[in-house]
Amino acid sequence: MSSEYVLETKDLSLSYGDNQVVNNVSVGFKEKAVTALIGPSGCGKSTLLRTFNRMNDFIDVFSHSGEVLFRGKDIYNSPLDVTDFRRNVGMVFQKPNPFSSSIKKNITWGPKINGYQGDFDELVETSLKKASLWNEVKDKLNSSGLDLSGGQQQRLCIARAIAMDPSVILMDEPCSALDPQSTAAIEKLITELQENYTIIIVTHNMQQAARISEDTAFMYEGDLVEVGETSQLFSSPEHKLTQDYIGGRFG
Amino acid sequence: MQNQALWSGSRKFQKLKESVVTRILLFCAGVSVLTTVGINLILFLESFWFFKEISVSEFLLSTNWAPLFEPRHFGVIPLVTGTLSVAFGALFVALPMGLGIAVFLSEYASPKLRAVVKPMLEILAGIPSVVYGYFALTTITPFLRSISESVEVFNAASAAIVVGIMVLPTIASICDDTMTAVPKSLREGAFALGAKKFEVVSQVVVPAALSGILASFILAFSRAIGETMAVTLAAGATPQVTLNPFEGIQTMTAYIAQVSMGDTPHGSIEYQSIFAVGLLLFLMTLVMNLMSQYIVKRFARRYE
Repeated sequence: MSSEYVLETKDLSLSYGDNQVVNNVSVGFKEKAVTALIGPSGCGKSTLLRTFNRMNDFIDVFSHSGEVLFRGKDIYNSPLDVTDFRRNVGMVFQKPNPFSSSIKKNITWGPKINGYQGDFDELVETSLKKASLWNEVKDKLNSSGLDLSGGQQQRLCIARAIAMDPSVILMDEPCSALDPQSTAAIEKLITELQENYTIIIVTHNMQQAARISEDTAFMYEGDLVEVGETSQLFSSPEHKLTQDYIGGRFG
Repeated sequence: MQNQALWSGSRKFQKLKESVVTRILLFCAGVSVLTTVGINLILFLESFWFFKEISVSEFLLSTNWAPLFEPRHFGVIPLVTGTLSVAFGALFVALPMGLGIAVFLSEYASPKLRAVVKPMLEILAGIPSVVYGYFALTTITPFLRSISESVEVFNAASAAIVVGIMVLPTIASICDDTMTAVPKSLREGAFALGAKKFEVVSQVVVPAALSGILASFILAFSRAIGETMAVTLAAGATPQVTLNPFEGIQTMTAYIAQVSMGDTPHGSIEYQSIFAVGLLLFLMTLVMNLMSQYIVKRFARRYE
């Protein structure tokens, strides 16, 4: 059964100091599909997302119990090098965070430090094409990534993640700082990307979750309330809480 | 305010207070402007009398500085080279160490360690420069002399090392501040790509903080140029152009201090010469400050 999932948690609890923010969550993420994590602010969905590439390691008081399995291997307890592991899991953040260097270097930096042996120009082109940014920036690859618009910057960050050829891409509210038009562009992109990548996206926008995801997991106060096919979950939720949340009664 | 009776009418006292406060603040600002203007006026005026007797080209281009003994010579180059050699030597000591301290504090140190080290560093900035001067004379110089006999009692290297220690807090503190100000999201973006800590620090954080780092270097350099007491004590009073850091030299500031402490008659040419030297020093630090402002603007990255 574990072969069905690229990434899977088993009885995973996450805490900051004495404050447990995720309680005994067991959930799996299907290969080459988009799974949305939804729930009100503070429900633990971002914390959960950030354990999938061990971004929480930088928080001193963070602790966990349970398992996070990547292709069947526990990423916390097996003897793996965390920086090597992170190559398999790309991440796109809430606010676009390109490096203060050229568009090209934004793409090539990750592969370069990780010892990529292929052709870098080609890598830049294919990554930008996959992120639907190539046509807009092909003539100014050497200008700063910070000169792009917010939506373009976010697509640059997606291209940067793609360049590492990860199997999973984590997205932490990638559209929350963007205007509707850029949001539409990113959503279209996510739908295209799921052909090749497993995508887990945290979003506050329920319409967005409904539009782009195959599966949806609803979290509330650290508990995984319900998880299932998005169409199913939105049309006939099993739990009253889910129904209230997607019905806009709170959150 | 429909019920007028409950509110005081014209609030005369508050209005008076406002205008008095405004005037006091204006006065404070005015004092700083007037001081600057006054100092510059005197610098230019006294220098003007000096340059009536000594041509600007002789002052700037000749290499013999002997203002106090006959025959007098007023070629400022030995003082400038002395000043620059101490300043560059100081940077040679302070740049790598200051940047290293900043990287350690902002990226590697635990909050607890940081809470101890940072105040210590700032105490370093509070030590009087005369203390640094004697530290150079009684500790650094004997150490240098224990390595090689050829090191003179007064030497540029000792002064450079001690000035380097003096400007260390400036560099470390500013670099630490600008690096700490680099958004966390930028570091996370780098880590998410599988980068290792030092790759993130050296290739993402430092470039992002470049404007502040460069500005701190220039600020430290202009402080090193202006430092007086420690260099007067450690480097001596031998105005000469030399590449050997273990010989005595004289810096511009040390010359000014030497003449000011002596019994040079008011209005004499050697008295006026300190204003000419001071003017040149002022122009040098002014250029440095303008450069630092330009660099901060030029390299400033726009982060939200």
